[in-house]
Amino acid sequence: MDPAALAECLQTASCMVTQTTSGLIIGMLLFLVAAGLTLIFGVLKVVNFTHGSFYMLGAYLALGAYRFSGNFALAVACGGAGVALFGVVFERLFISRVYGSNVLMQLLVCYAFILILDDVVKLVWGAEFQSMGMPSAFQRPPLLMAGGVVPVFYLFLIVFALAIGAVLWLVITRTRMGKIVRAAAHNPTMTSALGINNGLVYGAVFASGGMLAGLAGALAAPVRSMSPGMGVSILIESFIVTVIGGMGSVGGALVGSLLIGLIRSFGSIGFPLFTEGIMFLFMAIVLVIKPSGLSGKGV
Amino acid sequence: MARKVNRKIPVGRRELLKGAAALGGAAAFGFPMISRAQAATIKVGMPTILSGRVAQLGTSSRNGVMMEVEKFNAAGGLGGRKIEMVVRDSKGQPQEAARVSRELINSDGCEILFDAEASSGAFAVQEVAKDLGVLCLHVNSETSSLTADPKIRIPNAFRVTRQGVHDSIVGGSYAAGVAKAKGLRKWMTCSPDYAYGRDTTAQFVEYLKHFYPEAEIVGEAWPKLFQPDYTEVITKILQAKPQALYSCLWGGDLTSYIDQGNIYALFGATEFFAVNMADYTALTAVKNLPTGIHSGNRYVKTFPRTPANAAWGDAYRAKYGEYPTNWAWQATTTVQFLAAAMKKVNSSDGKKIAEALRGMKIESPFGADGTVTMRAEDQTMIGYAIGWGTTISKEPYIPEVKAGDWKQILELELDWKKRNKYL
Repeated sequence: MDPAALAECLQTASCMVTQTTSGLIIGMLLFLVAAGLTLIFGVLKVVNFTHGSFYMLGAYLALGAYRFSGNFALAVACGGAGVALFGVVFERLFISRVYGSNVLMQLLVCYAFILILDDVVKLVWGAEFQSMGMPSAFQRPPLLMAGGVVPVFYLFLIVFALAIGAVLWLVITRTRMGKIVRAAAHNPTMTSALGINNGLVYGAVFASGGMLAGLAGALAAPVRSMSPGMGVSILIESFIVTVIGGMGSVGGALVGSLLIGLIRSFGSIGFPLFTEGIMFLFMAIVLVIKPSGLSGKGV
Repeated sequence: MARKVNRKIPVGRRELLKGAAALGGAAAFGFPMISRAQAATIKVGMPTILSGRVAQLGTSSRNGVMMEVEKFNAAGGLGGRKIEMVVRDSKGQPQEAARVSRELINSDGCEILFDAEASSGAFAVQEVAKDLGVLCLHVNSETSSLTADPKIRIPNAFRVTRQGVHDSIVGGSYAAGVAKAKGLRKWMTCSPDYAYGRDTTAQFVEYLKHFYPEAEIVGEAWPKLFQPDYTEVITKILQAKPQALYSCLWGGDLTSYIDQGNIYALFGATEFFAVNMADYTALTAVKNLPTGIHSGNRYVKTFPRTPANAAWGDAYRAKYGEYPTNWAWQATTTVQFLAAAMKKVNSSDGKKIAEALRGMKIESPFGADGTVTMRAEDQTMIGYAIGWGTTISKEPYIPEVKAGDWKQILELELDWKKRNKYL
């Protein structure tokens, strides 16, 4: 425990800049994964335990595309689109059969696919860890802001993830498609009676959620080594985020992700051995005070 | 229909009994060689990590073992008895390592265990070996207390690996030399938060200060084992502005850390001492390897610079299509020790082998003087080639290695044991 170091950091501009951007980076990647998870839960009422594997799949697809083309933009697109495509097939063939079932049944189906996807990755890319390396466009010295250090690649990640979050918010709140999705989440019987194909809506939502996780994996690929099973840790953090933010709330996922990012960033200065403890403690406090999460419920 | 079938297959009760008797006779007298040969193999169970972020190391352990076992078997084994390896994946989880180890002995009928786990699993396997009383050879764990601490050490377990305290003495001496030359007083550490990381880092700091008392530790960071994101750790280091940084991160964790540190220009701002860098697994995985990282020799075929070591490295690469690792040479040495001990006592009995192993010296391509010794008093290997040097981004990756002095290592290790009341 070093609260004095934390207090000193909070009074220093360079430390504040470095740690805040560090928190934003951790938070924004987490937001992409957690937003997909909460979106799927909000509309389909399914807790998608395979979401961490979607993140892994996105990273590996991006790695494959990058090695093939050497183009990072294409790699990110492949990661997102590939997982979206897989998401549609997975939802139509498997998840759609467990709608309304108890959580245990959903868990079993998802767990089976966690194992299957881990093995598929092992077969295609091997069991050993892989590294993509930094694309040449981002191989440049970090920016110095008020004495703080901000890597160019991480700045790009923050802007990119924020842009995706904004697009997601606009689609959900400002478009007809968004209205249909919200209606289907609220009362699927009614949307069905109005002639809307609920299956199509569910498939599209699942694909979008998967795409977000795939994008996060692809964006993280240049800086995180990849190995089968890598999705587990981010899945756990995503669950913490959704519990804090509120299951089904995309806005809550953003708030929860940023809070977790900042807790980890500043916690490493003041409470380096208790950072994860603070995360779980914070989650427990939210559960006690506001069990539905900070941003309530509903998409 | 039924009669037709009976006519086509004219097998009555008597014929069936005759056939069964003939088959039984054949099994009893006709094929005795097969059943006897199967029972005569020396079954060795090996839990290791074959999936997850360090699977490449586990695979290299298996390769290192198999290469030597094949040689042993081809040379006739132990009076015709061949070694049969049963290798299982523990996924890097200690509880799974313990479960698999038990299963290997109780269900698969293995007589000996090769514990090819990381330290997190090695302690769990040691408990199983203690409980079941089987001979156990530790292939990878470098945590010193595993064999140094008499409360943990057991008579039927031997360590055939490098040891944290040895690396720390050599590393501390080397780092102090660099620190003196460059005036590096402010140090920070960043190591994985489990037994090996804590143990090895504390020892490195101890010997750094022993050789260079002016060194001051201005901060510590303890990321979790297999942590995917080191951003907060890296920014914490940047805030502390150390002149030098020590880490015993390894495998995929180390490469992630370097990839993420690179974009913060971390390694330009601080002198980096990473004991586990000079292993081909890590060296080849990092895409933008910074030059001038100081590292201990894990496995490089240029150290020790002998024809035997180079030949082993080339043979491994030719057979498996990849570079060997630190875990691979230790695995090969484990089989060499076992084979030599079994031949000495002409038996696969665990107790007899254990007796033979104590104090045994064998010729080895990985020895500092061409031999390695299984020290009797704490049942751990000494005399292996150990040194530090700086990396470059292409082969031979670590062109010059400054070899450690085993006389100095043993003196300081003895002193360390006394201070920790291990003696």
